[in-house]
Amino acid sequence: MADLAARGETPEVLFWVGCAGSFDDRYKRVTRDFVRILDHVGISYAVLGMEETCTGDPAKRAGNEFLFQMQAMTNIATLDGYGIKTIVTACPHCFNTIKNEYPALGGNYEVIHHSTFLQNLINEGKVKVQGGGAFKGKRITFHDSCYLGRANNIYEAPREVLAALDADLVEMKRSRANGLCCGAGGAQMWKEPEPGSKDINVERAEEAIGTGATIIASACPFCMTMMSDGVKSQNKEDSVQVFDIAELIAQAEGLNG
Amino acid sequence: MIHTIAFLLVAILGIGLFVWQIRKITRNINLGRDKDISGNVSERINAVLLVAFGQQKMFKRPWPAFLHLFVYVGFLVINIEVLEIFIDGIFGTHRAFGVLGPAYDVLMAVNEVLGALVVVACIIFLVRRNVTKVPRLTRGPEMRAWPKMDANVILVTEIVLMFALFAFNIADQKIAQLNSTELPGTFPVTASMVNLFGSDLSSLALIAGIGWWVHIIGILAFMNYLPSSKHFHIIMAFPNVYYTKLEPKGQFSNVESITHEIKAMLDPSYVVPPAPEGAQPQKFGAQDVEDLSWKQLMDSYTCTECGRCTSVCPANLTGKLLSPRKIVMDTRDRMEEKGESPLIFSPAHYKEESERVKATEERTLLRGYVTPEELWACTTCNACVESCPVNIDQLSTIMDMRRYLVLEESAAPAALNTMFNNIENNGAPWAFSPSDRFNWANDLYTVSKN
Repeated sequence: MADLAARGETPEVLFWVGCAGSFDDRYKRVTRDFVRILDHVGISYAVLGMEETCTGDPAKRAGNEFLFQMQAMTNIATLDGYGIKTIVTACPHCFNTIKNEYPALGGNYEVIHHSTFLQNLINEGKVKVQGGGAFKGKRITFHDSCYLGRANNIYEAPREVLAALDADLVEMKRSRANGLCCGAGGAQMWKEPEPGSKDINVERAEEAIGTGATIIASACPFCMTMMSDGVKSQNKEDSVQVFDIAELIAQAEGLNG
Repeated sequence: MIHTIAFLLVAILGIGLFVWQIRKITRNINLGRDKDISGNVSERINAVLLVAFGQQKMFKRPWPAFLHLFVYVGFLVINIEVLEIFIDGIFGTHRAFGVLGPAYDVLMAVNEVLGALVVVACIIFLVRRNVTKVPRLTRGPEMRAWPKMDANVILVTEIVLMFALFAFNIADQKIAQLNSTELPGTFPVTASMVNLFGSDLSSLALIAGIGWWVHIIGILAFMNYLPSSKHFHIIMAFPNVYYTKLEPKGQFSNVESITHEIKAMLDPSYVVPPAPEGAQPQKFGAQDVEDLSWKQLMDSYTCTECGRCTSVCPANLTGKLLSPRKIVMDTRDRMEEKGESPLIFSPAHYKEESERVKATEERTLLRGYVTPEELWACTTCNACVESCPVNIDQLSTIMDMRRYLVLEESAAPAALNTMFNNIENNGAPWAFSPSDRFNWANDLYTVSKN
C-alpha cells in the first residue's frame, strides 16, 4: 500500500489479510489463492503489509476493551491515512470488527467478506468455474462461521460460491442460524477449553463427517484450524479435507500452481 | 348487592397487589445502568409483532410451538371472558356480552375449544417435565427445586382454571334447561356434559357460583403469582422484544469511557467530556447487577427458563459449566437479593448448590453466583441469543462480566494474557515478528515484494 501511495495511486480495494492469513501456514495458502483470484480478474488491490496489525477482535472478545480500542485506533489511523474506502477480508472476525465496531471509534469503511466478494465475481461472470472443474459431483458440506452467519446474517454467499462448483452440496443438521460453533470464537483459539466431556471442534467434525462429505468447506481461518484438528482427531484426514471457499474456486479455475 | 361489593373488594385487592409488585420490579430494573435504547420505532414494533405476538422464534421447534400457541391464544381469548366476568361482577348482570347474539355464540364456542386445547397442552407439558423429562427443561445446576415446582404450579393452575370455566358453563346450561330459559352462547365442549350434573337447582346455582368465583379469584391470584415466577414472561416478553438489540449480533458494545482515555492518551489536546454531575465513577465491566444495564436486568425478568439457549450452547453441549440460562436466572436472583425482595413470597430460588458450581460467599453476581470458569467457556457464538424466543441477550451479560475480570482484576486465564502481550508487542495474537507479516507473498509469483 505504501508503494502505491508513493506513486499517488489508490486501489479499488484494500485486501485486509489478517493475522491468520499472514502467519498461519495453512491459512497463508488461502491468502495466496485469494490474491491469485484478485489478479485473475484484474482488480486493483493493495495490502497494508507490515503496516497491518491485529484488529483487536480477540482482545475485545476476551474482555480487554482497552487493548482492543488501542488496536482499533491505530488501524483506523493507518487506513484513513491512505484514504481507504473499501476493504475485503477473508477473516470473518476481522470483517465483523472493522465493519461493526470500528464506526463507533471513527473508522467508517465499506467492508466485504471474501465470500460475498467471490459471490459477486461469480454473479458478474468474472469468475466462471466452467463445469466445476475437479469438484463436479464431489460431496461438500459447508460449516458456518458464527461471525459470518449469526453475527452478520451472511449464510447464502458462501453457499452460492460453492454452488458454482457444481458439486453435491450437503447440509449438516445444525446449519445456518442453527450452526454449531467450531469452538474457536470468543478468544477460545488462544486458550485451552474449560473442563468438559468433549472438545467442541470434535463434536462439530463428527457432524460434518457424518454427512458423508469428503470436503468440509469453511470461510474462516479459525474454523479451518478447528475443523482440521477435529477431522484429525477422528483419524479421517486422509478421506476428508478442509478447504476455504477461495481455495476451491482458485483450484476450479486452475489458478493455484 | 353483597355479591357486587365482595367482587369489587376482591378485584381491587388483586389489582392493587399486582400494581404494588410491578412497582417493586420497576425499581429493581432501574438498579441497572442507564442505557439509551430508542429510535427505529417501526423496526421495534415490527419485532414485537413478529417475535412477541407472532411467536416467530418459537417455531424453530414446531411441536412445543403449537402446544404453546394453544395456551397463548387461549389466554388472549379468555381475557375477553375475563372482561365479561368483571362487568357481570360489577353490575350484577349475567353474561353481559350475551346481547352480542351470534358473535357471542362464536366467542363462547372458540373459548371452550381453546379451553379444551389448553388443558390438553398443559397435560402434555406436565408429561414432558415430569415423565419424559425433556433434558433442557429438567437438567442443569440452575434447574433446582423452585424452578421445577414453579413450572408445575403454573400448569396445574391453568388446568384448574379451565375446569372452573367448564363447571360454570355446564351448571349454567343445566339451569337454563331446567328453567326452560334461553342461555346465550354455544358450548361445543360442555354441551354434551350437561347431564353430568344433577337436577337440584340450588346446588347447580352453587356450582355455577363456585365455578365463577374460582375462575375470577384464580385469575387474580395467578396475576399476583406472575412476578414471583418464570411465567412473568407473558407480560415482559413484549417490552423486552421492543428494546431488542437491532445492531448485528456480532457488534459488541463500545466502552466509551475507555475511548475517551485512549483519545486523551494519543492526543494530549483531546478534552474528555465531563461526566454528568453526581455520577458515580463507573467500574469497567460488570461485577454486580448495578453494573449491568437496565435492559440486561429486564432480560432476566423476561426469562421463562425454557433452556433453549443452554440446549444450543456449544460449551454446554460439550460438558462445560457454562449455561446461558443460569447466567440470566442468577442475575434475577441476585437482583432480588440486592434490591426489592421478597415480592409476595420469597421463593428462595437457589437453596441447594450443585457439586460443580462452586460460587463463593462474595455478595456479588460475579463469583457469588457466576464463576469465572463459566464465563471463560463462552465462544461468543451467539447461538443462545439466536435461540431465545423473547430476545434475551445472554452474551452481553457474559461479556460485561469478562470485562470486569480482565480490566478490574487482571484475572484472565494465563494463555489469554500471553495473547494480550503478543498483540501489544507484535500486533498479532501469536508470537510472530511483525516484520514477517508479508512473508506469505514470498513464493507468490504475482506480487513483487519491495
